[in-house]
Amino acid sequence: MSAETKTPVKKERRSAGEVLKRMTRHQLFIPVAALVLLVLFNLIADPSFFAVSLKQNSLGNPVLSGNIISVLDNASELVLLAIGMTLVTASSGGQDISVGAAMAIAGSVIIRLVCGGQVSVDTMQTSLILAVLAGILVSMIFGAFNGVLVAYFKIQPMVATLILFTAGRSIAAWINNNQLPIVNDQVFKYAGTFIPGIPVPTPVFITIFVIVLFWLALRFTNLGLYTQSVGINANASRLNGLDPKMIKLLTYVILGACVAVAGFIRVSRSGSINYSRIAENIEMDAILAVALGGNALGGGKFNIYGSILGAYVIQFLTTTLYKYNVPSTALPAYKAVVIILLVVLSAPVVREKMSHIGKSSKRAKEVA
Amino acid sequence: MKKILALVLALAMVLSLGAIAFADGDLITVGVINNDPNESGYRTANDAAMRAMFCEENGYDATFYNNNDAAQQIATAQQMIQDEVDYLLLSPASTTGWDTVLQDAQAAGTQVILFDRMLEADESMYVAAVVSDMPAEGETAVTWLADQGLDEYNIIHIQGHMGSDAQVGRTGALDAKVEAEDNWNYVTQQTADWNEETARTIVQSVIDSGDSFNVIYAENNGMARGAVAALDANGITHGKDGDVIVIGFDSDVWAMQAVLDGEWNYMGLCNPMQADKVDQIIKDLEAGTQPAEKVIYSDEPGFDCETITEEDVATYGTGVQEEAPAEEAPADDAAAEEAAE
Repeated sequence: MSAETKTPVKKERRSAGEVLKRMTRHQLFIPVAALVLLVLFNLIADPSFFAVSLKQNSLGNPVLSGNIISVLDNASELVLLAIGMTLVTASSGGQDISVGAAMAIAGSVIIRLVCGGQVSVDTMQTSLILAVLAGILVSMIFGAFNGVLVAYFKIQPMVATLILFTAGRSIAAWINNNQLPIVNDQVFKYAGTFIPGIPVPTPVFITIFVIVLFWLALRFTNLGLYTQSVGINANASRLNGLDPKMIKLLTYVILGACVAVAGFIRVSRSGSINYSRIAENIEMDAILAVALGGNALGGGKFNIYGSILGAYVIQFLTTTLYKYNVPSTALPAYKAVVIILLVVLSAPVVREKMSHIGKSSKRAKEVA
Repeated sequence: MKKILALVLALAMVLSLGAIAFADGDLITVGVINNDPNESGYRTANDAAMRAMFCEENGYDATFYNNNDAAQQIATAQQMIQDEVDYLLLSPASTTGWDTVLQDAQAAGTQVILFDRMLEADESMYVAAVVSDMPAEGETAVTWLADQGLDEYNIIHIQGHMGSDAQVGRTGALDAKVEAEDNWNYVTQQTADWNEETARTIVQSVIDSGDSFNVIYAENNGMARGAVAALDANGITHGKDGDVIVIGFDSDVWAMQAVLDGEWNYMGLCNPMQADKVDQIIKDLEAGTQPAEKVIYSDEPGFDCETITEEDVATYGTGVQEEAPAEEAPADDAAAEEAAE
């Protein structure tokens, strides 16, 4: 390791290789770098971006307001989906593209129970906890449907979940008799807005709670290890006594639960639902968050915190673009350019190439 | 064996021919292409009214197709023309791209009637159009806004799905005014794609930036609702005597109620009930009478929080009272799916 003895040329090559290697070693490099870039850009362009102020909302409760709060608040649904999507990606080597439609179903179930079949209610007809639990249950069943298709019928995840992607929103509309119900009860909106007296948006707390839950699950159970081993080599895991099908199915059911919570937050924000517009295209952002987090979309090793960070990066980017008043028609283009750059950098092929450069320089050193 | 097969096939053919002749009867076949009923309360009401009107009891054999994607609509329209429907009823998702369909329809002798939304084509290409005059809706709203006599108009403009008739019309009037007047400015002009949640995020981002504004011009009620949620979350007053003027469009009963309650200032009506007029035109055509006017505009006043009445809400509001037609919808969905295949 004594670099001093090498010739200057070799030393330079090695240090470049070393840097690249370190870059690729750290899975969180890409999302962290992206976040830092965005923060720096906003600091330089307009530091007031980070201003947070305490206001009173129209109900007279204290609330915090500012871009940073908005990013944390609005990213909540995406973070929840990204967590579930990471597990599904790791175990089955594919993505669930039906999460947006499934959010519509979960939201619809919750609204239906809370409204009790009426079009507009001022007080909830069913206990909120019961309604949310029912939403989670239904969503887990739909998750299991996807999981069975993927694990037991060995259908490509994207094709299997295409079924629900296509049919999900119609199912959601059917659950509510094609009506667009409205819940005026303020208590229903607590989860999506603010609880009186607490100035931080409730979705932030829900997200932190779920993240902690997954941290505990990954820390104290074999969920992470099993998911990873099934994703890397299902046959080898089976020979080692795991049931790969069961584990794949489990990850889809877990995603179903995440989807339901995200769906609940979304309908709770407004107290209403619009089946064809709710969480539209969110599946793409969720998959992107997983990719940004440095996870291989082909499955195997995963880092759930990378995906979480990736989700916040996406929301940060969206908020930044809004802040700078990017014309509405051009907004997707700007987003696409940034995303292409980030994704190419975090693509497994590019990473492999990079680590290859690192390795070959190391090998050259060893030979020497 | 071959003979038996041939016999069976021949029999099947005869039977199916008989079935077609029987099904045809005196029913007028219509193909109805509409947008997604779940898009908004307006569309739900519109779709329900069409489905309630074009049924067997009223002398129609109708197939329905709902999609917000113009390309899918065009493909289905061509299929319906090939199936030789008598009338093609069309609510185009985009204003352009329909030339081939209209030419094919003319060649096949299918009569095209536009409802709800216009498209860009020569008048000779369709029999009639029963549509909302979107530019006029925008014009009415902008005139009303100008009459409010504010010293300065700092507007958050939340647009609908870019390129749709409703967006183009409602944006046009406002764009022209902002261009012409010095004291009319856009704080931001963004599309929320008819999405309530996106509208909320857009308004929240303006508030976060600390820019001041006093008008929200949302191109439909759902987006206005999302915008108001952001105002409420930040304690900004709106509506009658509020700091911010809120403008929405369409016909939802809850939105009209919000105007009546003074939470919003104005709602531009977009009347979703064209089914009766379309039915009348078809009946006339069957009797040999051409419609007197090519383009028939619905009566679409704007409602102001100062002058709106309970009666207006009851007459024009849609959404809650639609119980009966909405329940018929699931049965028709099967037909729509068949048509899609």
